[in-house]
Amino acid sequence: MTRKQRQILLDPLWNNNPIALQVLGICSALAVTTQMKTALVMSVALTCVLACSSLTVSLLRNYVPPSVRIIFQLAVIASLVIITDQILKAYLFDISKQLSVFVGLIITNCILMGRAEGFAMKNPPLESFYDGVGNALGYDVVLLVTAFFRELLGSGTLFGYPVLRTVTDGGWYNPNGLMVLAPGAFFIIGLCIWALRTWKPDQQEKE
Amino acid sequence: MQRSYSVPYIIGFSCVVCVVCSLLVSSAAVSLKPRQEQNAQLDRQVNVLMAAGLVESGQRYGREQITQIFMERIDPVVIDLATGEETDIDPLTFDPDAEMKDPTRSNPAPSNPAQVKRIPNHALVFKVNKDGDLNQVVLPILGKGLWSTMYGYIAVDADGRTVRGLTFYQHGETPGLGGEVDNPRWKDLWPGRRIYDPAGNVRIEVVKGRAGPPEEAPYEVDGLSGATITSRGVSHTLEFWFGEHGFGPYLVKLRESRRAAS
Repeated sequence: MTRKQRQILLDPLWNNNPIALQVLGICSALAVTTQMKTALVMSVALTCVLACSSLTVSLLRNYVPPSVRIIFQLAVIASLVIITDQILKAYLFDISKQLSVFVGLIITNCILMGRAEGFAMKNPPLESFYDGVGNALGYDVVLLVTAFFRELLGSGTLFGYPVLRTVTDGGWYNPNGLMVLAPGAFFIIGLCIWALRTWKPDQQEKE
Repeated sequence: MQRSYSVPYIIGFSCVVCVVCSLLVSSAAVSLKPRQEQNAQLDRQVNVLMAAGLVESGQRYGREQITQIFMERIDPVVIDLATGEETDIDPLTFDPDAEMKDPTRSNPAPSNPAQVKRIPNHALVFKVNKDGDLNQVVLPILGKGLWSTMYGYIAVDADGRTVRGLTFYQHGETPGLGGEVDNPRWKDLWPGRRIYDPAGNVRIEVVKGRAGPPEEAPYEVDGLSGATITSRGVSHTLEFWFGEHGFGPYLVKLRESRRAAS
């Protein structure tokens, strides 16, 4: 792997994170982060779809007429999302029931269209593939961190296993209801962005 | 890099993309369908057993194990909803979903808060046997939550009055909020609750906040926090299906036959 490819792969993790810096893909980040399990499956699904869609778009980039490029990207992404959804229904039935509409909604995740239009249309396949994986990982990191805090503080569990015994179970921990609700994710993601920009001050916007 | 493309090329390109994408999607859908249907059927059996308390939620069971318990303990019967009588329609070929959609075999429901649109003439219920006697019946229910129609089963004791278990197997409620209708801990609150008051009216409901144990609050179950509308949907669903348009007549018959026997 060349230096440039490594940079493409790792940059979206901290330096150019799709959620924390570009603030894309927030909708699903709010929706599926109440539990680690759903967040993890969503992360894997999105990583597969984004890597494949960037690769496919990039392979065909020189044959795509500009006038139909957006609809072409959309067709590729939509097909991949439907296939992912079908595979989940066949092999991870329980989790696919919990994720319900949100796997289908990967189609509307801005990161996908953003990477296809912003990167894969202009760059060769291998770079685009790394870019897709890198951006998906950037999304996954934020998703999993958010889910970690939301599940721990909101339900006292991690991956469904009790960590903090809740009052309802005869323990001591009084779950924070805000964390289970969508606004809880806003606070966690906000704190993530704050932490990241304190660590890397060049991400702060100019006054 | 910017080339100009002729109109026929653009149309041709779009067509090829469409055909390739649709081929991929449809072959995935078709090839995975048997497995998905198997999953759905197994899921349905597990949920009947779970409502009846014959399998523990959270524990893993093999496919054969589920099928075996189901065959041994469960006796599916098709009933006539309006009269509550059992019929001799073969439960194995009876398709509840088709019955619900077919205008010759179902009627429009009167406006109801559970937003049940049609009432089928017949319904598939599951009689649970214990040592050869009828122990409980598992009834299919459905009703509107916040986002989606929720599908589930409720197990009623052979006395026709007491809930033995409740489970939802399909819904599109918000994960972590309304989606908690399939949380085992919440489902554990149901056994022992009374459905009807002594006068025979449907009393059971999901209340806001905590209800307490069945001895103190026989007709009430804790609400799901952060999911008022889903909770209300569950109440409306039960009100509808235990009422005169749902399984009310069947449960009346059940109580009568029990009284006659004792």
